[in-house]
Amino acid sequence: MANDHVSWRIKKGEVHALLGENGAGKSTITSILFGLLQADSGEILVDGKSVLIHNPNDANALGIGMVHQHFKLVPSYTVTENIILGLEPKTAWGHINYQRARSKIQEISHQFGLAVDPDARIANINVGMQQRVEILKTLYRDARIIVLDEPTAVLTPQEIDDLMQIILRLKAQGRTIIFISHKLKEIKTCADQVTVLRRGKIVGSADVSDCTEAQLAEMMVGHAVEFVTQKDAPTIGNVVLRLENISVKSMRGSIAVKDLSLSVHAGEVLGIAGVDGNGQSELALALSGVVKPVKGKIYLDEVDVTSFGVRKRVEMGLGLTPEDRETQAVISNFNLAENYVLKTFYRNPYSSVLGFLNKKKISDDAQVQLENFDVRSANGWRSSISELSGGNRQKVVVAREMTIASKLLVVCQPTRGLDVGSIEYIHRQIIAQRNAGKAVLLISFELDEILNLCDRIATISHGSIVGIIDAKDATRQQVGQMMTASHKETVVG
Amino acid sequence: MSMTFIQTFLPLALTISAPIILASMGGLISEKSGIVNIGLEGLMGFGAFTAATTHVLLESSLGNELSITIALILAMIVATILSIIHAFATITFKSNQIISGTGINLLAAGLTVFFAQLIFNQEHTKPFQIGMKGYTMFHIYPSALIALIVILLTWYILNKRVFGLRLKACGESPQAASGAGIPVSKMQYIGVLLGGSLAGLAGASMVLTQSIQYSGNFINGTGFIALAAINFGRWRVGGVTMASLLFGSAMTIAHMIGSSSATYIPREFFLALPYIITVLSLVFFDYIKMRRIGSI
Repeated sequence: MANDHVSWRIKKGEVHALLGENGAGKSTITSILFGLLQADSGEILVDGKSVLIHNPNDANALGIGMVHQHFKLVPSYTVTENIILGLEPKTAWGHINYQRARSKIQEISHQFGLAVDPDARIANINVGMQQRVEILKTLYRDARIIVLDEPTAVLTPQEIDDLMQIILRLKAQGRTIIFISHKLKEIKTCADQVTVLRRGKIVGSADVSDCTEAQLAEMMVGHAVEFVTQKDAPTIGNVVLRLENISVKSMRGSIAVKDLSLSVHAGEVLGIAGVDGNGQSELALALSGVVKPVKGKIYLDEVDVTSFGVRKRVEMGLGLTPEDRETQAVISNFNLAENYVLKTFYRNPYSSVLGFLNKKKISDDAQVQLENFDVRSANGWRSSISELSGGNRQKVVVAREMTIASKLLVVCQPTRGLDVGSIEYIHRQIIAQRNAGKAVLLISFELDEILNLCDRIATISHGSIVGIIDAKDATRQQVGQMMTASHKETVVG
Repeated sequence: MSMTFIQTFLPLALTISAPIILASMGGLISEKSGIVNIGLEGLMGFGAFTAATTHVLLESSLGNELSITIALILAMIVATILSIIHAFATITFKSNQIISGTGINLLAAGLTVFFAQLIFNQEHTKPFQIGMKGYTMFHIYPSALIALIVILLTWYILNKRVFGLRLKACGESPQAASGAGIPVSKMQYIGVLLGGSLAGLAGASMVLTQSIQYSGNFINGTGFIALAAINFGRWRVGGVTMASLLFGSAMTIAHMIGSSSATYIPREFFLALPYIITVLSLVFFDYIKMRRIGSI
């Protein structure tokens, strides 16, 4: 049972946050609101009247609109086509009346300050824009209650600020917002009222202005949470990773990483801060060996590994957690043990000379590491990874890569989409790796994460390092300015 | 361009291309809704068999034109009914589209011959007297005109009507479509059944213009050529039309060489041409894509 006798009331015209860890049952409640799931018992009241919501159309008719965490947009369609889909204005001939559609969209986007290009194709606009299209979709259907499911999970810091403004404007225009999140800072910024959900039950409801972030976190997790990871001064060793003027092409064929040089030492965490889309993904792919740089050299322990493939780099002690866990790190219908040995199954002790797998050794080792990393699953190593929550999946990947990383650990967006408890855990593990004398390169869009974990902070912009500063003296503002600074304005360190 | 070329090649190319166009438009509509139908070949077989049988039985009593009209309509109905199998398997039960489509192809090969045995006591239908009649001095068959109408209608429906916008959304992003309140399964059923009816029409017009009877191997890969045309035409009505005409012309050349004796290039080359072009174009398009990414 995902939700157990939940009672919840939301006032008209307020921003009401629903706070809870992954797997607390937030999505289940909203799916019931939007008619994707039916409640086993209980009722829903809108404006004091009991209503039945069997499908999304019923929800729309009641003025409930939903922006899903994973957008529901047709990539090759234009913004206009996506917004009107299912409710298209027609001409007398029965053709789609694009003129009327466009003018109505422009009118709505004006009213709520949601600037979009109505003729742009979804595939060509960024995630923040796509989210605006989703919000416009609900407004086009005249939604009075708008449910935003984890709306900031996929956004960059700038886009999050924009979204907060949008939410406040929607509220000013009298719309009711249900804001589902596990990010405390955002709830503090924009919500009036907060309801906390834990293991399917409501543990409390409060005025946001009456609570601190720490109190909210404690309500959500059930125990006190440390936001700052404890760490001692680093013991810096030799250079482990050295990048020499590397350039990497993006999927679209343009140069995404440009003449980038960087060194990471043993025993330190070097963070790369930057806005999404400034070459971080391509840099990670080049480091892992999936994509070859078009120019420059990569040295691992002063060995030129530029031409080495993924497997050879793994054997040299490079562990890497990719930014997109689902497509780059795990095979979803494999079990935990199989995912755990994904990069090492072919060699001793997991595989014999004849190529037979030593299943016992694989499952034993996996089980030990899964327990070490506190991976919670129903059937131990036998569970399919798709049965796990996002946080636990990430722990499996982190366990695997930290075992492989004898020299260098590269972590990309290690806590994207995870809840406070998992974030805290993974942060502690990263610091443990650094304390064990490994070099750690952290690529993250979360400024707080960078400031919390790093010994040195490099900022990336347009595929090049803009500057490197010591984390001890770094402030949020300073790094933020460097991230958005124009190319090579400040070079420090 | 000599007069003989126009008089011999053009009418023949149109005659051979028309069924390819009809089947590829049907396959295109189905694929746009998200369901690939590799059973086009088999559905064409059912259409051809139904049309040939109907025409043989009705020709003398109803006269050529009326009999052919009824044959075309019945062929469409039968192929539509059989494509329900594919829709049911792939949409309702989410089973593999390739397996289900192959099943329809195998079913057609067996069932048409079986019914021919039942009705005519032989492995093929009895021959009819006169098939479709060609018009104008160039002997253009009505099937070419039907194909032209179907091309225009398909383009109009897919690009101008609300129905088309919704159908394509179901194929490209079913979640987006269902989130917008569109009944995805229903739209896909419509897509597959429309596609089936056009494949039936394709088979019917093929047998009524290119033969005097239906036999088990009559369709002979035309349905697969239509599938290749959809791919080579990059899933656009204009592109698929041009690809169908190109493949139809290649088959026409093969046909013409087959009936003359001295040639430098064997006719088999032209018969294989649609497949060669499709494979090369796939390699080419993927090469371009990989080049852009930088993997090569």
